[in-house]
Amino acid sequence: MGRPTRSWKLYVACFYIFLFAPLAVVAAFAFNASQYPSPPWLGFTLEWFAGNGAVFGRPGVLRDGPMLASLLASVKVAIPVAALAVALGTANAFLLERHEFPGKALLANMMLWPLVIPGVILGISILAFSSRVANGLEDLFDADLDFLRPGLPLVVAGQLSFILTIATLVISARLRRFDRALEEAARDLGAGPWRTLRTVTLPYLRPAMVGAGLVAFLMSFENFNTTLILVGSEPPLPVYMYGQMREGASPALNAVSLVLMLGTAAVATLFALVSRKAD
Amino acid sequence: MMRARGLAFWLLLLPPVLWLGLLLIVPHVEIAILSFSERVGPRLYRFGFANYLAFLTEPLYWRTFARTAVMSIAVTAITLVVAFPVAFYIAKAARGVSKAVLFLLCLLPFWASELVRTLGWMILLRETGLVSALLQATGLSAGPVELLYNDGAVIVGLVYGGLLFMVVPLVNALDSLDFSLIEAGFDLGGSRIDVLRRVVIPHAMPGIVAGSIVVFMLTAGNFVTAALLGGKNGLWFTEQIYAQFIVRFNWPQGAAFGLLLLLLSSAIVWIGLKLTGQGFGETMRRS
Repeated sequence: MGRPTRSWKLYVACFYIFLFAPLAVVAAFAFNASQYPSPPWLGFTLEWFAGNGAVFGRPGVLRDGPMLASLLASVKVAIPVAALAVALGTANAFLLERHEFPGKALLANMMLWPLVIPGVILGISILAFSSRVANGLEDLFDADLDFLRPGLPLVVAGQLSFILTIATLVISARLRRFDRALEEAARDLGAGPWRTLRTVTLPYLRPAMVGAGLVAFLMSFENFNTTLILVGSEPPLPVYMYGQMREGASPALNAVSLVLMLGTAAVATLFALVSRKAD
Repeated sequence: MMRARGLAFWLLLLPPVLWLGLLLIVPHVEIAILSFSERVGPRLYRFGFANYLAFLTEPLYWRTFARTAVMSIAVTAITLVVAFPVAFYIAKAARGVSKAVLFLLCLLPFWASELVRTLGWMILLRETGLVSALLQATGLSAGPVELLYNDGAVIVGLVYGGLLFMVVPLVNALDSLDFSLIEAGFDLGGSRIDVLRRVVIPHAMPGIVAGSIVVFMLTAGNFVTAALLGGKNGLWFTEQIYAQFIVRFNWPQGAAFGLLLLLLSSAIVWIGLKLTGQGFGETMRRS
């Protein structure tokens, strides 16, 4: 069993082909000079990236207004989600690692719940609750509270509800390994608690905070289920792509997918470099 | 920070209480209440079980629910069977650099968005797609073959989406398996099947449970794969929730569906943990 048999090796090889085939065809057909992302191969083109629509009747992704707007919407969601996840995740880490209090085990356990709740359900529950609050406040004060209605702020809240769990786990894990003697040394040298935190503890946590931020950014950018429920009139990229994919196939989708994959690869590489530095 | 109940403590307690309270607990209480309300007039509701009754009496609803549950269990089992030989290879047969590379290669596709991966499968499986073209070119098929919009396509897409979440916990569990245990199994006259069943699988159990729970949950809660690869035949329960909430604007009915799906996925997680005597916290952290 230890020495791999030929058929076992063959199986593993097939597995990796299975793993990469979908991504390979998405990338390849972004360059096919055809109306449809399907064989036969009609020649190489960059029209689906930079074209102005003269050749295929549809502009390349870099000149496609609605597509770029959805990309922008995704960025507008992902940046606050990542920033809030890091800030609140760090606070959670200090609470869980530095304080003892009744109900702590329960609280730590509850923080994991969002991981086992399907995204669609997180979405509908937050939508139902925020609508109730908005209706109540409107009846009481006659105020329009747009941020409680479907739209990007609600998408941020919905995504944060589970991405914060990931950030908390990542940052807590690093804080747990921190040697408290370093803080005591700083205090002995005359630093106050605030200065100790700023010059000793937070710099130690930085790799985990950057890593958590990058992962949060990616998870937010790629989230579909929760976003679909909470989205208003500005669809982020995954929701926009879903609508386009329902309407029909176009190599424009391959092109934007390739752009997305390259962007993700860049962020993931950054993450790998940061986490290597952390260990 | 030294005093257990200083100002810092209360300040730190505030964000998780707001987070878990306002984004988790209260919203779920809200849909629970909503699911037990019946519409009796415009903006007028009263307590009742009508939404759950509708679920039981409308075949489309409960059949879609049962279908989602059964197919999710099947997908989880297939994912486990597909992933196990690969995880075992990475953990025990591969060495040094090739081990690290193989493991990393497993992770790579899952950095790509779910939409991108689904697009790939659509291009492969469509009637005018690559697999159909290959089948025709090799003479295995006389005409174009439509491989999309059926249960097979949905299962392939869902298994694909679950692989990472199965391979990683399996590799982590199998990594600590001592080779001498396997050898001892053979020395004692065990066949390959015996060793697999009585040595390898028991050792991998924490990984199997962690992977299966996550894969089941992601599969049952999936939306994109069933909708795009299954087309009209996809019929996934999440689509029913979406339809009630967004399309028909029947929130009480959608809330009841949401709660039922949550119950299903929690039940499976709970049963999985109970059957193998594992804790929730450690299992989630492991995956």
